[in-house]
Amino acid sequence: MNERVRFYQTGSFAVRNRLLPVVDASVQSDPGRSNAITSGHRACQGCGEALGARYALDAAMRAADGRVVAVNATGCLEVFSTPYPETSWQIPWLHSLFGNAPAVASGVAAALRVRGREDIRVVAQAGDGGTVDIGMGPLSGMFERNDDVLFICYDNEAYMNTGVQRSGATPPGARTMTTQAVGPHPGAPFGQGKDLPRIAMAHEIPYVATATVADLRDLEAKVTTAMALRGARYLHVLVPCPLGWGTPGHDTIRVARLATESGLFPVFEAHHGEITTVTPIRRRVPVTDYLRVQKRYAHLFGDPPATAEIARIQEQADRTIRRYGITEVTV
Amino acid sequence: MRQQIEGSQAVARTVAACRPQVICAYPISPQTHIVETLSRLVQSGALTGCEYLNVDSEFAAMSAAIGASAAGARTYTATASQGLLYMVEAVYNASGLGLPIVMTVANRAIGAPINIWNDHSDAMSQRDSGWIQLYAEDNQHAADLHVQAYRLAEEVSLPVMVCMDGFILTHAVEEVEVPDAEQVDAFLPPYDPRQVLDPDEPVSIGAMVGPEAFLEVRYLAHLRQMQALATIPRIAADFAAVTGRHRDGLVSRYRMEDADLVVVALGSVLGTLKDTVDSLRDEGLPVGVLGITSFRPFPLAAVGEALAHTSRVLVLEKSLAVGIGGAVSSNVRTALAARPVPTTTVIAGLGGRPILRSSLDTVIRGTLAGEVPDLFFLDLKTDLVEREVARMRAARRSGPAAENILRDVAGVGDPHAVGRPR
Repeated sequence: MNERVRFYQTGSFAVRNRLLPVVDASVQSDPGRSNAITSGHRACQGCGEALGARYALDAAMRAADGRVVAVNATGCLEVFSTPYPETSWQIPWLHSLFGNAPAVASGVAAALRVRGREDIRVVAQAGDGGTVDIGMGPLSGMFERNDDVLFICYDNEAYMNTGVQRSGATPPGARTMTTQAVGPHPGAPFGQGKDLPRIAMAHEIPYVATATVADLRDLEAKVTTAMALRGARYLHVLVPCPLGWGTPGHDTIRVARLATESGLFPVFEAHHGEITTVTPIRRRVPVTDYLRVQKRYAHLFGDPPATAEIARIQEQADRTIRRYGITEVTV
Repeated sequence: MRQQIEGSQAVARTVAACRPQVICAYPISPQTHIVETLSRLVQSGALTGCEYLNVDSEFAAMSAAIGASAAGARTYTATASQGLLYMVEAVYNASGLGLPIVMTVANRAIGAPINIWNDHSDAMSQRDSGWIQLYAEDNQHAADLHVQAYRLAEEVSLPVMVCMDGFILTHAVEEVEVPDAEQVDAFLPPYDPRQVLDPDEPVSIGAMVGPEAFLEVRYLAHLRQMQALATIPRIAADFAAVTGRHRDGLVSRYRMEDADLVVVALGSVLGTLKDTVDSLRDEGLPVGVLGITSFRPFPLAAVGEALAHTSRVLVLEKSLAVGIGGAVSSNVRTALAARPVPTTTVIAGLGGRPILRSSLDTVIRGTLAGEVPDLFFLDLKTDLVEREVARMRAARRSGPAAENILRDVAGVGDPHAVGRPR
């Protein structure tokens, strides 16, 4: 565990923009960075969650000067990271149950506060199932008490660990094993699902932000911002799942980028319930560009295509763009 | 200082003397007075160095307790009934992780039908959860058990449930000598966790364990409870040395000498039983009482030894193991495996039904005479049951049973009417 790890890409231009000054370079490019989640874990090839968690936690570690405790809900991240006797966690890490990570984190934070160890920061993490569904009650409680916890949801839009079943974060039309691509209304029903970042904002907690693995520098920056604040903070990270979405492992970043560029996934920050920044779209694309590359939407593009459903998804993207006032970058 | 004090307040003040660092509170009757009192002690500054968390459910209460305990804090929570059931997943998790949380269970019935009054259904449902379970006979006992519970929990790294009868104890004002901070400090060393979340020594806690090691981890949980069988009496003796109050940690014996019939029970009903036995003894009837304080671990040897010379056993149970009868009885029979004697299970006091001395007197005499069936429901109103059975036989849509019976109890409605008007 104390073995010095050499990161072969760090310090090179492979993981940072060579035009940026070193101080602005990503945490991952720093040869002195922590290694919160070390290699050898059992995540699938191209796993968005493994990538997002590594960037998020190493950024948190830098911000907290190496003093981070992680609480983890049951799920892919928990299972693939701890095939004991091997563990990927180079930081203190506690897994209790599927639905209780926010409450466990509240307890950890309370213990650290009472022990005068508020220098140690608490990060709790869960997938979308552990966040928007089974963990929602404790999460809302943690928010309203404003406990000093950064909660990160790695949203891959279904229960992937159990074999791709619908969650409250599964988007309309998406095929899962419990919303199959059969019958007159294939895929997940329209008019359902939760928007947890907005629910989090309704608690008026100090910080709510969204990010995707398509912009890892942005993810790091948001973790850094969150870590500079105290109280309940929520970060919602879109992490494509090659297995569940039916995308090639090498397309994870591309799919995440299409999610934002189509307008379906807004990237923003909010302080105390008030939106403070919204990331513009560099090159807006129709939702079909995003949907077509994923097998979970393949039934929408049959013969004949499901034009009505596709139009509804496009309306959803348009509405999101209007709601957040997302602008397009003009180059 | 001896004082007239409500059971809940005595327990709360005792818990405060144990210097808990994190208290997770969620209201449910009849434990609310405990967390209310602790809230006041923390908010007023009487109890310092303590974080009081008002959580959003019992599931969150136990989960926060898990986090706090794993982060090195002495942790307390209290619950009852539906609350205990709502946190069950975390209850098992806490013991599986070996976290020395202390929890008061103010014993209350479980619905449906919803009922706020006392019985042992809630705690009994958790008898295999891996928690140590101690049952208090009176409020002094309840207070004292909490101090011992922290010492025990932290010594063996297992969570401890202190069970006290809801309302009967929690809301009863009686004389209690609340252990003071000096006594507790002399008895209870600071919490030194076996495992802790510490950035200087990072460990992973809560990894998946497969078939290759699961049995061994579970066996270890059993082994620690077996070790607690020796630890509990030692801690009780240490506690007596500090406070002068001695009770056997595992079981309590009352007038057991030459007893032909021993009544076995847990909790506050022991007081009524002792009074009943006193009067029976006055008549020369050879009856004694065995109280079980430690239900988990179950003191097989101590129970077997205590019952070694009796010819008949009556187990008085405040919970019903539906489909078989009594959970305590099964355990007592296991203790009697080497020398089986006739054992009668008497289910009594469910949902707060008063357990009367006269009823106990009758059932004990009947058991001595061999006239009580192996499974007997004390003071069961058979006429009410028969009427509902008749209704169910007469019509498919006989309606909700509990509400039918309540109407019969109140004597309202047409007793001959069946079903609902269509």
